[in-house]
Amino acid sequence: MIHAAKAKQDKMAHRFLSIWFKNLVTDWLALKKPALAQLPFVMAASHRGRMVVTSVSHLAEKQGIEEGMPLVDARLIIPGIQVIDDQPDRATKLLKALAEWCSRYTPIAAVDGVDGLLLDVTGCPHLWGGERPYFKEIILRLRGSGYNVRGGMADTIGAAWAVARHGNISPLIEPGQQRDAIYPLPPTALRLSPETREALFHFGIFRIEQFADLPKKALYRRFPQELVHQLEKALGTRDEYLQPLESPVPYHERLPCLEPILTATGIEIALQRLLHQLCTRLEKEGKGLRSAIFRCHRVDNHLQQLEIGTTRPSYNGHHLFGLFKEKLPSIEPALGIELFTLHAPIIEPAKALQEMLWGGPAGLEDIQIAEWMDRVIDKLGPGSVQRFLPAAHHWPERSQQLAHSIADQPDTTWSRRQSRAIRILAVPRPIQVTAPVPDYPPMSFRYQNKLHERRKAAGPERIEREWWLEDGEHRDYYWFENQHGRRYWIFRSGWHSTDKQSQWFLHGFFG
Amino acid sequence: MPDNKQDIIQQLRRDILPLQGYKPPSAGYEVDLGLGPIEQAFPNGAFPTGAIHDFLTLDQEQLAATTAFLAAILSRMMERGGIAVWIGADSSTFAPGLAYYNVDPDRIIFVAPTTSKTILWTLEESLRCDRFIAVLVEITDLSFVESRRLQLVVEQSRVTGFIIRHQPRRKNIVASVAQWRITALPTQSQGERPGRGFPRWHVELLKVRNRQPVACDVEWTGTHLYPIPPKQIDSRSEGKTG
Repeated sequence: MIHAAKAKQDKMAHRFLSIWFKNLVTDWLALKKPALAQLPFVMAASHRGRMVVTSVSHLAEKQGIEEGMPLVDARLIIPGIQVIDDQPDRATKLLKALAEWCSRYTPIAAVDGVDGLLLDVTGCPHLWGGERPYFKEIILRLRGSGYNVRGGMADTIGAAWAVARHGNISPLIEPGQQRDAIYPLPPTALRLSPETREALFHFGIFRIEQFADLPKKALYRRFPQELVHQLEKALGTRDEYLQPLESPVPYHERLPCLEPILTATGIEIALQRLLHQLCTRLEKEGKGLRSAIFRCHRVDNHLQQLEIGTTRPSYNGHHLFGLFKEKLPSIEPALGIELFTLHAPIIEPAKALQEMLWGGPAGLEDIQIAEWMDRVIDKLGPGSVQRFLPAAHHWPERSQQLAHSIADQPDTTWSRRQSRAIRILAVPRPIQVTAPVPDYPPMSFRYQNKLHERRKAAGPERIEREWWLEDGEHRDYYWFENQHGRRYWIFRSGWHSTDKQSQWFLHGFFG
Repeated sequence: MPDNKQDIIQQLRRDILPLQGYKPPSAGYEVDLGLGPIEQAFPNGAFPTGAIHDFLTLDQEQLAATTAFLAAILSRMMERGGIAVWIGADSSTFAPGLAYYNVDPDRIIFVAPTTSKTILWTLEESLRCDRFIAVLVEITDLSFVESRRLQLVVEQSRVTGFIIRHQPRRKNIVASVAQWRITALPTQSQGERPGRGFPRWHVELLKVRNRQPVACDVEWTGTHLYPIPPKQIDSRSEGKTG
């Protein structure tokens, strides 16, 4: 019994905030084009062969135009009304951006349908001095930026949703009071499908309290199952979860500022503090981060972010700060930054730094080399740092392969033959040769207008093309030393034939 | 008294050397290249590590010879393990070709910055990281001021820097312990065997800080560097007619 009571208490601890954007798309458009703000206008899209109103501006709504109305009817009500083509998904995109903006108030924000947001604000309001100032801050900020919004805060998602859209007493429902709050509301407040609403309408039910206390069996018999489920969700006897836009990162630090930060020094201090907090925690848990995102929330609702990656898990705050420092100048504080956050989306277990008492030179697993690599990649971009491993191919262009990670070890050994040039041309260059006898090194060749006469040569080394990978001629490679003792790597492509000139190429230079 | 004076001068000379960038190698980090006359040309009679070496190359062939000679030196320096960095805008260095000089190419990290400014940044950053055995860079031009900066960095980190100036527009002086020039020499066949011989170079120390320049012919025997005594060089010129 005690256990059950405790479980119930835990559930009660949740708080949700539902925000309803009454005219989301039109508000946004009016923000973008201030000229529209003073005009009634609608947005319309083609639906089953006719134009239908998809969203209505505040002023047009006042005159009786509704969503879903054929455009022709709207034109009858307001002749010469402004009509703007709607795009599908616009509302969802806007809501996503707004949900991201809301992450300054809570880490768990979700898009709710096509006209609302849902925030899990459990444990957040006290940071703003209580629920009322918190609620006011969010709603007034949104209203101030031009959105016609209503909000509701309650213990359950259902109740918060209902109060935001249909409540008319107080938007803040005290913990455990959702029953009293939703009973006077119309059944629509329960998020019901049109069929259920229709059925309730036929029974003459206009308020939730008219049916809420009836036995469940009776309700199941007469109405779709959904009705009972939604009612229970709103009352909190059935669990409901929200799907956060961005699942909360457990390694997340935030730093709100009393005064907006404008200077580079200020940003640096903020970053250093966040890194210090995060790294202390990581070090304690024996973990390191592989990537980190530093976000700056600006006063004008603009979000700026920097991202870094490391080759090995790191909890070295000094090093991570160095990586960010290169990019810090790209942040524009404009009117000021009011909140800094630092996420670490990728966390891996890190080996503790071990002091080497003695021992040979450092290997690739050395932490300082990994940090050097981070700095270089950070500056030059990925792909600028390469390491080669031997590959089991004879074809010269394929005899080496790029290592994918710093920890990659060769799976075959390097062949220590003398027959590979030390410097090669990216693409073999054609040369003119004098070769009197087939399958014999040329007497001389001409490259870039210089004549190289043979002093010595070795070969041929025939390398077949790997037919399972590509088509083409084989190559006969020669080591060729000219009259001055310079050494070249040349090859003939394909067979020697009498009827056509065989092609010779210079591929590289020997040491 | 004159004896005493001589001693004092000797002692002062020894004291000056570290100030000029020649530090005696710390125990366990000596590099013995087996290059008799060339190593003797340096103070302390040892190849200076933890310093900047400057190599001049004028054409592709010389660049290849220099690359090979440096690979042979690297193989000695990296015998006991360790990582080296190779910085160059174009990666024409062929890893399988390096393997012939006993280097493990997978222990070399290649970095390809695109501009001369980023090459210098990467070079300085790499020289500063004391975990590297050596840092090689291929660059076109390096001014004296830039090279002084590098010299100061390696004095702290004790990393050896090899700078290959390929086809420089100006052959200015740079701050380095030595300036080298490597030129390929005709190979010698081994005994009766025809075909290719071991790579052979004419190694010139054009400038050595505090010492006289020297030159020597060197061969890579597949396992180590071997300085060719002068009389063998003579026989080479005779053999040229054959």
